[in-house]
Amino acid sequence: MITAERKPLEELIDYIRPFRRLLLVGCNECVTVCAAGGRKEVGLLASGLQMALLKAGASIEVREHTLERQCDPEYVEELVPMIDGVDAVMSMACGCGVQEVARRFKDKPVFPALNTKFMGASERQGVWAERCQGCGDCLLGKTGGICPIARCAKQLMNGPCGGSTGGHCEIGDDVDCAWALIWERLKALGLQENYVEITPAKDWRSGGGGGPRKIIREDLAE
Amino acid sequence: MKTESKLEKVLAAGHLAVTSECGPPRGAMPDKVREKGKYLEGVVDGVNVTDNQTAMVRMSSLAASVILKQEGHNPLLQMVSRDRNRLAMQADIIGAYSLGIDTMLCLSGDHTKFGDHPMAANVHDIDSIQMIQMVKRMRDEGLFQGGAEIKSPPKMFIGAAANPFADPFELRVLRLAKKIAAGADFIQTQCIFNVDKFELWMEGVRAMGLHKKCYILAGVTPIKSVGAARYMKNKVPGMDVPQDIVDRMAAQPKEKQPEEGISICVETIERLKKVEGVAGFHIMAIDWEEKVGEIVERAGLLPRPVV
Ligand code: SF4
Ligand code: SF4
Repeated sequence: MITAERKPLEELIDYIRPFRRLLLVGCNECVTVCAAGGRKEVGLLASGLQMALLKAGASIEVREHTLERQCDPEYVEELVPMIDGVDAVMSMACGCGVQEVARRFKDKPVFPALNTKFMGASERQGVWAERCQGCGDCLLGKTGGICPIARCAKQLMNGPCGGSTGGHCEIGDDVDCAWALIWERLKALGLQENYVEITPAKDWRSGGGGGPRKIIREDLAE
Repeated sequence: MKTESKLEKVLAAGHLAVTSECGPPRGAMPDKVREKGKYLEGVVDGVNVTDNQTAMVRMSSLAASVILKQEGHNPLLQMVSRDRNRLAMQADIIGAYSLGIDTMLCLSGDHTKFGDHPMAANVHDIDSIQMIQMVKRMRDEGLFQGGAEIKSPPKMFIGAAANPFADPFELRVLRLAKKIAAGADFIQTQCIFNVDKFELWMEGVRAMGLHKKCYILAGVTPIKSVGAARYMKNKVPGMDVPQDIVDRMAAQPKEKQPEEGISICVETIERLKKVEGVAGFHIMAIDWEEKVGEIVERAGLLPRPVV
């Protein structure tokens, strides 16, 4: 999923200070799962903003709404009846959701309430870690299901570097060395020979080096 | 002979080669480079010039290499994949070769986290093994990484690093094998303090016949003080300093410690000379270049061969 964290309240207050009526829009997908921008967080932030402004001698009316999926134009349509009654929108979705709302409502200022972080998975309750960088040409089939692009600090495709120590990455004991993990997994699978083959230089066009990426499925596109 | 590299000639003639290194200054101080170079005159066959070592900005490896070249040295251009994409690398390789530099070392480089620009992007367009492949292809096939033809291709003698002391140990020989398969002509190892472990690694190297496919220069470093020994033991990832070395340094009064460090280094070289497959030594006397001559002399590696 896409993970995100809420921006500091002060930054959000700076965005909305000039406005009287705000629409705060959550999303029911990834940001709900990572507890950053779902219905619950929308409620908390709405009262947080109001209280902070009251303290500063100002006030704002906040309307709350959480969409099923904010990166999907179909669901964003739901905001149409609300939009005229507000001066600005603050989105609690990932960057994709923010942009979808901004695209749909061209004359409304739209602000992000979150910092979108990475594509990751939950390691345990309350902890999420990066797993994929969307390189567009997945190597996991060769690397025992562990991503060297997202999880090696140097993105080595033929690791490990000389800093790998006791299973940790050279950047810190709290980071696993991706190549130590890859090697363990290849051994467990009896696939050590996968390591021997040199992974050639990557074609980064599939990873964004060729400009903004797009998928067009002729069979589905209208 | 693949190149005009002096290092290649020394190695091919069967001599134990000696290289050392020069870390460029953190400012526009060409004289500093010359000064460091002075200490190495006549005592080494090549001088590694580090590339933003420990992720700190310094004079570029290319510029410092050219300065050393002008002084009559044989610079080894170090290049890390952290700071440049493949276009910039190839451009610098052509530039370096055009200025008389014919030997290089391909590295991934320390993470930016350790340096003075932790906020910088880590490039890593290609990794060190892919860099070796690229430089070899430029030399042997006359092709750019992207496939186009190079008019008058640069002929680099290609080096790579190996760290026998990092983990997982069982991958350390296999990774060397990959570097050699990619095209490494010579290897410079991480500083060796734990000779037993190095010997174990070399057993694996010999079992695969890798010492016959490329030249392995054993890396050594003189330790200046017990503090430096402890720091390397505890703080530098991938460094293996056994406790008895720390104890030996600690047993000396402060003013005698540098001398003890030099002695340990010389003894290490003597032991390494006996290890089958060691083709030479890479002496990394960090900010202590003035001692390299003494080490080389005491280790019986003078005079340097004329090739
Ligand atoms: S190899 Fe690429 S696509 Fe596969 S997990 Fe890693 S970044 Fe994602
Ligand atoms: S220690 Fe492992 S994860 Fe960290 S940079 Fe080196 S190879 Fe990558």
